[in-house]
Amino acid sequence: MLRLEPRPEPSRRMLALTPFAAVLLTMLAGGFLFASLGTNPLDAIRVFFWDPLFDSTVASYTRPQLLVKAAPLIIIALGLSFGFRAGIWNIGAEGQFIMGAIVGGSAGLAVYPAEGVWVFPMMVAAGALGGLLWAMIPAILKIRFNANEILVSLMLVYVAFNILAGLVTGRLRDPDGFNWPESRNFQAYPSAHNAELFAGTGVHVGVIVMAVLVLLCHLVLRNHIFGFHVRLAGQSRQAARFAGINPHVLTALCLGLSGAFAGLAGLFELAGPAGKLSTNFPLGYGFTAIIVAFLGRLHPIGILLAGLLMALTYIGGELAQFMLNVPAAAVQVFQGMLLFFLLAVDFLVNYRIRVRLRPPEDTGAAPGTETRGDTVNGPGPGKSGEEPA
Amino acid sequence: MTTLLDVRGMTKAYPGVLACDGIAFDIREGEIHALLGENGAGKSTLVKMIYGLVRPDSGEMRLGGTLFAPPEPRAALADGVAMVFQHFSLFEALTVAENIALGMDDPPNAATLVKRIRDVSTSYGLAVDPDRIVGDLSAGERQRVEIVRCLLQSPRILIMDEPTSVLTPQEVALLFRTLKTLAAEGTSILYISHKLEEIRILCDRATILRNGQVVATCIPAGETARSLAAMMVGSGLAVPEKHRAKPGETLLEISGLSMRSMSPFGTRLKDITFSLRAGEVLGIAGVAGNGQDELLLALSGEERSPPGTIMLASRDVGPLGPSARRYLGLLAAPEQRLGHAAAPDMSLSENALITAAVRRRLVRRGWSGLIDWPATDRYAHEVITAFDVRTPGVTNAAKSLSGGNLQKFVIGREILQDPRVLVVNQPTWGVDAAAAAAIRIALIELAEQGTGVLVISQDLDELMEISDSFSVIAGGRLTAPQPTRGATVEDIGLLMGSTGASDAAA
Repeated sequence: MLRLEPRPEPSRRMLALTPFAAVLLTMLAGGFLFASLGTNPLDAIRVFFWDPLFDSTVASYTRPQLLVKAAPLIIIALGLSFGFRAGIWNIGAEGQFIMGAIVGGSAGLAVYPAEGVWVFPMMVAAGALGGLLWAMIPAILKIRFNANEILVSLMLVYVAFNILAGLVTGRLRDPDGFNWPESRNFQAYPSAHNAELFAGTGVHVGVIVMAVLVLLCHLVLRNHIFGFHVRLAGQSRQAARFAGINPHVLTALCLGLSGAFAGLAGLFELAGPAGKLSTNFPLGYGFTAIIVAFLGRLHPIGILLAGLLMALTYIGGELAQFMLNVPAAAVQVFQGMLLFFLLAVDFLVNYRIRVRLRPPEDTGAAPGTETRGDTVNGPGPGKSGEEPA
Repeated sequence: MTTLLDVRGMTKAYPGVLACDGIAFDIREGEIHALLGENGAGKSTLVKMIYGLVRPDSGEMRLGGTLFAPPEPRAALADGVAMVFQHFSLFEALTVAENIALGMDDPPNAATLVKRIRDVSTSYGLAVDPDRIVGDLSAGERQRVEIVRCLLQSPRILIMDEPTSVLTPQEVALLFRTLKTLAAEGTSILYISHKLEEIRILCDRATILRNGQVVATCIPAGETARSLAAMMVGSGLAVPEKHRAKPGETLLEISGLSMRSMSPFGTRLKDITFSLRAGEVLGIAGVAGNGQDELLLALSGEERSPPGTIMLASRDVGPLGPSARRYLGLLAAPEQRLGHAAAPDMSLSENALITAAVRRRLVRRGWSGLIDWPATDRYAHEVITAFDVRTPGVTNAAKSLSGGNLQKFVIGREILQDPRVLVVNQPTWGVDAAAAAAIRIALIELAEQGTGVLVISQDLDELMEISDSFSVIAGGRLTAPQPTRGATVEDIGLLMGSTGASDAAA
């Protein structure tokens, strides 16, 4: 008989192990999925997770893509992680990503065709500002009217998308573009182009910024009073208030920060890999980044790894589409399963599974009828002796 | 008298703790039997085993001669063991009769039930109106509902867990009369408490527990409070010695403070006025839920108040938040340790940072905002050493500490910041006797150094022991402070009852 039992302290080991368990379970369930589609599951998993990095024919193309796809995911997820830690739920990073691209891109187009080293930094700043301001809408509504930021930020994604659709057929349409609903191509505008810095690596300015942000966020969370306040608010609202943290300020900071990060990612994507604004521009990075943030345990280094893994599923999914003929939706199913399994195994952090060898029908006077064991890995931390007496 | 319940060799181990270690005692028919011990002595675990909430690892019980091993409370109740918990389990939106019906397996129809409730309440002097909504009742009345609920099952043993902690002295007297009537009719009562005077007045015999073992059985009437305490703690207790320093200039002045409560069931503060001088210990007595929490929030700065209502050394701090007030020297320690004063999953260092960041300069100066972790660790260590907090180290999570140790940490964290005014709410609530004495001594010493100390407490003995003057808070109003010297517990109790009963529900 199985029984769930709360742990006296959250298990640190489980905290680190469960993401890996989730990845394994996803591979397993994905294997079944592909088998039912008539594909050899081992082939599918190889194509998804191995070939993009190591296959001799495709890797030279797909390997750089890893950083190209991971950078926006990681930047957005880093921003989200602060709010998520503090219990402020920005679900609308996709919208802030779009607005960052629109505002930053517009800033670049406004000075077109001026050349100069100042053009790109100006676009970057405008992009971050666009995302920040878009995120301030849920922040202000939350502070002023206590409106739920989950709903507001999510709905604003669709508003942002429609603004984008309106602009690419209107003010931002490429005058030399034969009426296609697209903006000018930034790849053809040297001062604005977020080009690959080292050939064949996929590294553009956004990737460098991503690496810097990972370290910076790590530092802020550990050693800065803002990071401490974020963590404290996530633990207990009342303790945070007692510490003197103004919940309104915290809401504005967390939403603003995640918006600015998403806007940054949007601008880097626009000026680099995407090249131009169009209705095909949003790729869902803003939503996938939510999975990345949680898969990475809201920890900057974890997010770095989770972002790389998630980028791999994108690339592997594309590869699987034309090599194995699996449907495009397989990628989303994969990503969905990853989050699903992560949440499912998450309870092992706070609970352990106890196995009773004998049914409890005896008088209860006999000691030692229970054996304890974690399902995944060896004995739990129950021996620590720190149970409050 | 014959033995009703015979407990032999009851043992229960939790990971890392032997909560009960071969406990043996017996309860006679019609006896009021006290179970006395500090927090963590094993009282709760023992009664939970008797009531079927916890299964013992070994040992056996006999009830009226037959083997008694209740697998769940329902079975214990069927065998005649009923329990009134420290925390009530009543639905506020329902009437008394509806609440009682909910707890019954097979409730009679409403009219019969109301009549039975009336019968029980008149015959035992438990004034309870079955038709009233529980939300409107005072804590004492709610407790009576719980007792009536138990008595309707005609129990052979009634277990009472710390029943007087929420009562005024007058309500306590009423309760004792009821319990004595019950006992005279042959019901046995197992009375759990750490209040020594109560046990001396009420109980026929007492079993004293320490560290999960029975250390003594005695007749409390033949003992002194001091000798009972010695048995309970195992060593002599340090008794706080009240200082006689002359109070200095006025540090904190509250005038006409009225405030709505943040929580829907909270109490509105009404026209609170008092002042606190350097070196003075002012006690605020009152039954729980009469505005104590709201007062603490108003003073800590978690709730802002109108300009001019809170003056710290002639400076208006009403509109300032907690950090600014700390900077000026107004510090507070709220009642709820985990989740308010301390973050449960954070380390002691991190918890030290929560309030000490400003005054102890634990965040580097300038606008960098970087935390000085080595200094923070040192400060946490300083608190642990100075207040004898038992913990392996500063990296341990706050929730891994026992209640008393965490309380010492939380109070010590404020005291070592050298406050000008310190406000504490229930400083020794749920804390064992030794830790409580240490905290009281620390508060008195702090006042001797010229700090103004405001102690909000429901423990009247505590206030009598440490405060120079006291006020009573009831229904959100505060009485004018009066000197503690010469006042008796009964005087304070009368103030609590008279102003509280009519206003508390408003």
